[in-house]
Amino acid sequence: MAEKETQKTYRMHLMICAGTGCVSNHSYEVKEALEKELRKHGLENEVVVVPTGCNGFCERGPILVVQPGNIFYQQLSVKDVPHLVEEHFLKGRPVAKLMYSPPETKQPVPVLNDIPFFNKQVLIALRNRGLIDPEKIEESIAHDGYKAMVKALSEMKPEKIIAEITLSGLRGRGGAGFPTGLKWQLVRNAMSTNGGQKYIVCNGDEGDPGAFMDRSILEADPHSVIEGMVIGAKAIGATAGFIYVRNEYPLAVERLSIALKQARDYGLLGQDILGTGFDFDIQIKRGAGAFVCGEETALIASIEGRLGEPRPRPPYPAQSGLWGKPTCINNVETWANVPTIINRGAKWYAGIGTKTSKGTKVFSLVGKINNTGLVEVPMGITLREIIYDIGGGIPGGKAFKAVQTGGPSGGCIPKEKIDLPIDYESLSEAGSMMGSGGMVIMDEDTCMVDVARYFLTFTQDESCGKCTPCREGTKAMLEILTKITEGKGTPEDLTLLEDLAPAIKDTALCGLGKTAPNPVLTTLRYFRNEYETHIQNKKCPAHVCRPLNVYTIDPGLCLSQGHGCDVCRRNCSSEAIAGQKNEAHAIFQDKCIKCGVCYDVCAFGAVKVD
Amino acid sequence: MNEQRVSEILTRYQGDSSSIIAILQDIQEDFSYLPPPVLKIISHELGIPLSRILSLATFYKAFSLKPKGKHRIHVCLGTACHVRGAQRIIEKFERDLGIKSGETSADREFSLDAVRCIGCCGLAPVVMIGEDVHGKVTQTKIPGLLKKYKK
Amino acid sequence: MPKLTIQDLEKIREQARRGLVIREGGAFKAKINVHMGTCGIAAGARTIMTALMKEVERRDLHDILLTNSGCAGLCSQEPMVTVELAGRAPVKYVNLTETKIQEIFEKHVLGGTIVKDYALGIGSEKTDY
Repeated sequence: MAEKETQKTYRMHLMICAGTGCVSNHSYEVKEALEKELRKHGLENEVVVVPTGCNGFCERGPILVVQPGNIFYQQLSVKDVPHLVEEHFLKGRPVAKLMYSPPETKQPVPVLNDIPFFNKQVLIALRNRGLIDPEKIEESIAHDGYKAMVKALSEMKPEKIIAEITLSGLRGRGGAGFPTGLKWQLVRNAMSTNGGQKYIVCNGDEGDPGAFMDRSILEADPHSVIEGMVIGAKAIGATAGFIYVRNEYPLAVERLSIALKQARDYGLLGQDILGTGFDFDIQIKRGAGAFVCGEETALIASIEGRLGEPRPRPPYPAQSGLWGKPTCINNVETWANVPTIINRGAKWYAGIGTKTSKGTKVFSLVGKINNTGLVEVPMGITLREIIYDIGGGIPGGKAFKAVQTGGPSGGCIPKEKIDLPIDYESLSEAGSMMGSGGMVIMDEDTCMVDVARYFLTFTQDESCGKCTPCREGTKAMLEILTKITEGKGTPEDLTLLEDLAPAIKDTALCGLGKTAPNPVLTTLRYFRNEYETHIQNKKCPAHVCRPLNVYTIDPGLCLSQGHGCDVCRRNCSSEAIAGQKNEAHAIFQDKCIKCGVCYDVCAFGAVKVD
Repeated sequence: MNEQRVSEILTRYQGDSSSIIAILQDIQEDFSYLPPPVLKIISHELGIPLSRILSLATFYKAFSLKPKGKHRIHVCLGTACHVRGAQRIIEKFERDLGIKSGETSADREFSLDAVRCIGCCGLAPVVMIGEDVHGKVTQTKIPGLLKKYKK
Repeated sequence: MPKLTIQDLEKIREQARRGLVIREGGAFKAKINVHMGTCGIAAGARTIMTALMKEVERRDLHDILLTNSGCAGLCSQEPMVTVELAGRAPVKYVNLTETKIQEIFEKHVLGGTIVKDYALGIGSEKTDY
């Protein structure tokens, strides 16, 4: 049935984003409305609606791209549909008011490639985003899916595949940046006891908060990952593979299950794949909500049905992994790069990027930024290009303060380093790390002490408790940071933090503990003055640390501008605001719980925070 | 009744003890928690000590030993949500529901939990109620959201 | 026996690609624009579009772009289409019927010869944005 549909000719394809972000913005309702409206106009045999994976420009969802023409519509709602269908799909007049208008020019940009968010991106791992229906293997195949696998299985010796990956310069996209070719070589060389079994694992336990590229790839193009894994399996000599997916990603699990079944039905997985004599199959393992399972030894334990606790390395999984067998673990984005490298050649790939970091990297651009979403850019691009050219700058005319990369293991890079070309090395030199590619933008309203405390809360909560430095050390650091954010800090606390940090770094068992102090160290390095203001003046300059905030209402403004509109009082959940309509309002400090809702809802700027 | 549901789940995994985490996930989904009598059955059927099952049940955050509400509210506390005010969102839920994070309301309608990033950072702050993801949540939207699910 | 051979896979790829080539924005040999304003539709533009789609499907072509635009302004001579071969000036055809469009498809789109009897003239309003 599915085969028939793709063969049928339509004059127009409406590619609607069905990634998690757009789905939560009701893209399925828009899809249904489109189909209904097309039927109403008798267009159902001319125009087809195709659900795709994440388009990347999540901020503007739900997103619809019309082919041919690459016409980009955004923030669609069900009520826009009748007009859109009649005007564009029936009469051929694209609807400008549903297109994207950059805030600077206010001029609608009809074509996707002309939108600044898209035109600086280079898509390798995300090559099929918005182009295919991830639930139809034929669409993946039409876009060169499984072509590299054919080449690897029929024409290439394992050594040749590994040489190609090594030459391409591909490094692990999960965080540490270990050279992928070298890892494959180590697993290939490793001797396996009894029967020579080796395993391939795809790490889809995308735990770093603020990073969602792996979810997006699994949802938008699951076959790219499957294909990458088959190629890896041939290279290292594995016959079984596992994809470990986070518990929080139900849609990714669903699409991946469909993709695996379709690949198996076509004989692209299983026994004697495409008659090449190569056997390989893949199983999905769902995570159960433990951040530490992203660490490879903990992930292995979890797949085996045990507690997801890390163990000391060596031995590395390359020697002794799943059930003690040599195991090659790479993350989702790494696997998705593999087919393109095989198809287009290592030299082509190595031509992109910097001296030490080749190819592209997918970043999730989130936080205080206009164009939130998923971007794939060549290594070596500067932070400025990402934040301003692609990201469209900071909302509300606020000042950019810092960017956090690398999740809880990474650090904050200040605005002084905005022209830093990004690669694995430059980020570590700045005290942070590449990590899985989360890029959380922070503006003048973000408190860096609070950010450090946030990450420590995270690691403290996720620490598995096996080793003392991580279990007790992060707890001690968190207590100090909490004290500071409550206005109870002393100057000695900063020295204590600086003593604790290296002790934890040097002695913790796994990556989680070793890197846990990084957010504190980088914020101390670049934003020490903010810590000092909290300690000496008992103030939070960004008004984030609530025990230090005092909310008041300017009675003059409240009455003259807002005529005592009463919105703040109605929204206050602690009955801390006095006043009625046409009267100036006031806050009872003893009742105020500092939730800030009055400040958020006041349209006249009458609520002040200090 | 319970025995039958459990045996269906066990059959799905053909009694493979290394699939214990997946089995517990299915039980959690089916019963909305891990009822202790059910864990005893599993321990017996798979030959895994109850202590090991309990250690898994308490290590992984997806599992709960207490019943959860009809609508499970997960407030994302990922970094992007944090810098866009997620802490205030979860506290507003706590006040409106009269429960703390990790608890279930007395009428068993709602349970409230914090979650570490659901990967929907582009729409921060994000709240998941059941399977529905709600983006760009503000404190003022919360009473309406609760009302929508309650009826 | 494998379920699928490499040759089978390539066949599937070829077949699937045909239906999807429209998404790639690649080079088209010809672009046919059916003018579908309210007047055009009333005059039978839908029949013309269907006939064109049938031609494309029947001959298994994937380098012909079928598109539509609003009213071309000459309501009295609807239905109208504009045929534009790559690198050549667009040609407008008027007062079309299913048979006429089939002939135009055969001679002009595939053969490169303008069917002068049905043509209004060369040149077109701008339909690219």
